[in-house]
Amino acid sequence: MPDQLLFGMEVVLNGLMAGVLYSLVALGFVLIFKASGIFNYAQGVMALFAALTLVGIQDGQVPFAHLINAIFGTELHHFGWHVPAILAIILTAIVMVGFAWVVERYILRHLVNQPDIILFMATIGLAYFMEGFGDIMWGADIKKLDVGLPQGINTAIDETTYNWFGYGFFIDNLDIAATIVAVLLVVSLTLFSQYSKQGRALRAVADDHQAALSVGISLRYIWVLVWSIAGFVALVAGIMWGAKSGVQFSLSLIALKALPVLMLGGFTSIPGAIVGGLIIGVGEKLFEFLIGPLVGGATENWFAYVLALLFLVFRPQGLFGEKIIERV
Amino acid sequence: MNDMSPPTSPDSYQTPDGRTIGPVVMEMKNITLKFGGVVAIKDISFDIREGEIRAIIGPNGAGKSSMLNVISGFYVPQEGEVWFRGARRPQMKPYQVAEQGIARTFQNIALFDGMSVLDNIMTGRLTMMKSGLLSQALWWGRAEREENEHRAQVEKIIDFLEIQNIRKTPVGRLPYGLKKRVELARALAAEPKLLLLDEPMAGMNVEEKEDMSRFILDVNDEFGTTIALIEHDMGVVMDLSDRVVVMDYGKKIGDGTPDEIRNNQAVIDAYLGVAHD
Repeated sequence: MPDQLLFGMEVVLNGLMAGVLYSLVALGFVLIFKASGIFNYAQGVMALFAALTLVGIQDGQVPFAHLINAIFGTELHHFGWHVPAILAIILTAIVMVGFAWVVERYILRHLVNQPDIILFMATIGLAYFMEGFGDIMWGADIKKLDVGLPQGINTAIDETTYNWFGYGFFIDNLDIAATIVAVLLVVSLTLFSQYSKQGRALRAVADDHQAALSVGISLRYIWVLVWSIAGFVALVAGIMWGAKSGVQFSLSLIALKALPVLMLGGFTSIPGAIVGGLIIGVGEKLFEFLIGPLVGGATENWFAYVLALLFLVFRPQGLFGEKIIERV
Repeated sequence: MNDMSPPTSPDSYQTPDGRTIGPVVMEMKNITLKFGGVVAIKDISFDIREGEIRAIIGPNGAGKSSMLNVISGFYVPQEGEVWFRGARRPQMKPYQVAEQGIARTFQNIALFDGMSVLDNIMTGRLTMMKSGLLSQALWWGRAEREENEHRAQVEKIIDFLEIQNIRKTPVGRLPYGLKKRVELARALAAEPKLLLLDEPMAGMNVEEKEDMSRFILDVNDEFGTTIALIEHDMGVVMDLSDRVVVMDYGKKIGDGTPDEIRNNQAVIDAYLGVAHD
């Protein structure tokens, strides 16, 4: 096989895996948008906050250490223990549930029946609040996240492909792990929403608030549930991105990458978020590989947005979104 | 204080067609509901007895739907008391009212369009499912057993309302008449102590109306369900109901058996119009 084609295949594979990470972020948006019609601008910051909390708990950091030290003149930094990864993940998930409860109690509850734009603005406010809150709680320095996920080149794939084609594919173990986790997450979310009582209630609320109330579903409970699940998805995304590029402020900007994914896949479709993420992932890697050299490179910065723009023109509801029909 | 029952004159009686009407289950006392300066309901009192079919009728804008919304907790009246099963009901959210055993349908149909008929009806049983979030999430022990039991009940209702062949169809694709029937099925699935029907026959053709009337009578007969309904079609109401409340401009102008209502001058005036001098 010609080298160019092999290299292209490798690019596609890596694109697919990068796409999985985009999908993970987009998934959080879709969950909340479906259930409550809110476009949650804070989803990216939630991923950052979850990752910060995870690292903080794992390392036994004292929360609000800087603040406490400044007020009381103490020198607290660490509790001096180290929490195992799995326990830290569970504790962080609990923190995210608490966060969901706070969001419902102090924000959503007061904005019921407000126009969508008001709710959107509220999530922007929430995003900035959380950004600062995360900083105060855990400090602003760049942190290394390590929950024991495998990293580095997968030698098995490298060797196998080398024996077959005479060219070894470079696939990162972390990307493979992310893909497996994402598949598990989507499958379990789908099963939960299709076959459990809460899942059915969740779909009911997404469909019609009034009807949901009339069959005895508490909207508040569902909102806390949905924000908790979105918080958990944010945690997973935070772990993957954090393990890849460190836990730092720029993690919150991955939310911006989720936007074109959502425009492609549709804001209301979970499969859409997955497929959209994969298309963007492969698309931008392949474009960079094929066209990049002709236009001076760095196409990854804008390709996704241009693709999304084209979609907005020709198929505004996205690939899997609900058709927009205006009855006259 | 709350255990004091509202006054009930004869405790139960037989209807001419042999059904037993029990004591009062729901009593509305001096309900007044305002939207800003508009008075939708003005000082209305009436009761609903166990096992009866109670109709609320009146011309457009009389406040019938508002009254149903007060009963189901969607509107909160400014004045008056709601008594349910012998206790005064505190202010409640609609979902809490549903948990108490009051199910309803809507005038403009509020179904979950994206979900199948079966799933829609299953949501009606949510208030009865007891297994917790963790059990449900892990699909472990109680959750699975419970789902199967509820599924069996739902299948009975599906048979009863003769909608077996559309079980798996997404509700959004159904014609209007069938949607109304699915909505009734969902309300029935909750095994309600009081069933509220908001214009169950609005927009139906004659055949569909006959079907729906038959189902309402069968539900009442077979399950002994207490039903309160709103309807425009006078003929239907008179045939179906045991007692009728008539509203006009937010006020109660008549209350009694269909025969009494037919001969009530105020009702005749409201429906046919009367010359003002």
